[in-house]
Amino acid sequence: MKTVEPGPGIATPETLPPPSIAVWQHRHILDLDDFTREEIELVLETADAMAEVLTREVKRVPTLRGKTVVTMFYEPSTRTRASFELAAKNLSADTVSLDASKSSVTKGESLIDSLRTIQALGADFIVMRHSQSGAPYLATQHVNCSIINAGDGWHAHPSQALLDLYTIRRHLGKLDNLKVAIIGDIMHSRVARSNIWGMSTMGARIILCAPHTLLARGMESFLAKCQLPNVSIETDIEPALEDADVVMLLRLQTERQQSGLLPSLREYIQLYQLTTERLSLARQNVLVMHPGPINEGIEISPEVAHGTQSVIEEQVSNGVAIRMALLYLIAGGKNK
Amino acid sequence: MSERTLMSPQDMHRALVRIAHEIVERNRGAKDIVLVGMQTRGVPLAMRLAATIQDLEEITIPVGSLDISLYRDDLSSLSLKPTVHRTDIPVDVAGKQVVLVDDVFYTGRSIRAAMDALIDLGRPQSIQLAVLIDRGHRELPIRSDYVGKNIPTSNNEEIKVYVKEVDGEDKVSIIAPAKGVADENS
Repeated sequence: MKTVEPGPGIATPETLPPPSIAVWQHRHILDLDDFTREEIELVLETADAMAEVLTREVKRVPTLRGKTVVTMFYEPSTRTRASFELAAKNLSADTVSLDASKSSVTKGESLIDSLRTIQALGADFIVMRHSQSGAPYLATQHVNCSIINAGDGWHAHPSQALLDLYTIRRHLGKLDNLKVAIIGDIMHSRVARSNIWGMSTMGARIILCAPHTLLARGMESFLAKCQLPNVSIETDIEPALEDADVVMLLRLQTERQQSGLLPSLREYIQLYQLTTERLSLARQNVLVMHPGPINEGIEISPEVAHGTQSVIEEQVSNGVAIRMALLYLIAGGKNK
Repeated sequence: MSERTLMSPQDMHRALVRIAHEIVERNRGAKDIVLVGMQTRGVPLAMRLAATIQDLEEITIPVGSLDISLYRDDLSSLSLKPTVHRTDIPVDVAGKQVVLVDDVFYTGRSIRAAMDALIDLGRPQSIQLAVLIDRGHRELPIRSDYVGKNIPTSNNEEIKVYVKEVDGEDKVSIIAPAKGVADENS
C-alpha cells in the first residue's frame, strides 16, 4: 500500500511538532520571567490551534463550559479586556466583567476584600489589571482562583508579550537571532519588561532605545544581574533601527509622565518618531509593532502606523488566540 | 513490564486493506466519503486508507485531521499537557459520509468528543468509525463500523500502536504491567 500525498494544510508527521510531554505547571500567569522556552512554545502552538477555531463560522468550542472568568480592571483598557472576554466566551466560559470605577471599590472596599468576594461568587479565573506593580502576586496569596495578570503598574503584561511573540513567529518563523528594537517610553512600559523576558528566552537580540530620562533607572545593572546579555541599550534611534527585523514602538504614556522627563514633546518627535525615512534603515521585511493605543504623530508617524510593514491590527486579532491558549492551559495546570 | 507484539507490519497492512474494501462496500462506492484521522496516529492511518480506496475507485478521497483536545470532558484532570494540534479538514463536511479513523478504540470518550467536534464544523450525512484496534471497556454507548483487530484486554494493560510515519515502524503491541503494580485504571 502506498501512502497518499497529503493535501496542502494537512498536518503530516513531518510538520507536526514532536509529541510534546512538556509538563505545564502554571496555575497563574503573572509574568514571563518564570517561563521556559518549552512553555512559551507550548503557548504559541496552542494559540495556533485556537486560531483555527477563530476561522470557523461558529467560533466556539465547549472546552471551559461551566467555568467562570471574571475580568477585574482597575485601569482603563479596550483591547486587553475585550480580548480576554472574547477568548473566554469562545471557550464557552461564563464571563463577568467588573469595572472598578463603578464597583464597591468606590465605597472603599480593599483589593483583597474585592478578590474574596469574587471568589465567593464562584470565579474560577480572575483576569486583573491594577496600577500597582505586584498586585496580581498579592492576589494569588489570598484567593484560590487562577490569576491572570492583564497588566500591573510598570511591571508586567505577559499576555501582550506572548501575542507579540506569536505575531513575530507567524511572520518570520522563529525568534532566534532576530534583532528587535523596542523604542519609546521604556521606563513606564510593562509591555517592554515582559517582552524582555519572553524575547530573550526565545533567543532574540533586543535593543532598548529611549532618551536617558525614559530608560528605567538601573536598567544596565538589572540586565547584568539577570544575565540577559542579549539585551542592550541605545539612546539614538538610528543605530537601534539599523538592520532591525522587528521594530516595536511604545506609547509615550502621557498619563504617567512626570514633569521634567522630556524637554518638550516636539523634541521627542524630532528625535524619536518612527518615520518612513527612519524605517528604511531597518531590514526590508521589517515588522512594525505597537501594543496600542497609538499616539499617532508622536511615537509613530501615521504613514508608518498604517503602512505595509505594520502588523499592529494583526497583533490585536492574535490577542484572542493567545488568551484562549492561556485560559485553556491554566485550566489544566497544577501549581506554580 | 513486558511488551508483546500482537500485529506485524504485514498484519496491519492486511487489516487496513480489508477496512478500505469494507468502507467502499458499505457505502456503495467512495463518492462523498471523507476520511478524518484523529490526532496523532489516526492521521497517517487515514491517509493509507485513502490511498487504497483511491486505487480501488480511482477518485480522490479528501483526508483531514481532527484534534479533540478542546472537546475533552476531563480537562481539569490533565496535568501532562499534550499539544493541541490544529484541526484541518480540507472540505466542508456537510452532507458527506465522514469516516473517523483512530488507532485504538477504548472507553469511547474520545470518539464522543470527536463527534461533537465534527458536528461543530457542519452536518455530515453520516459519521462512521474505523479503528485499527478495539480493546473493549466501553464507557459510552458507542460502537465501531470497521475494526482491524479485536483484542480483549484488562484495564491495566496498555495497547501501543506504532506507525511508520510517526514512530518509524509499523506494529501493535500490548504492555502488561509488572506483577504487583496496582491497577491505575488509565
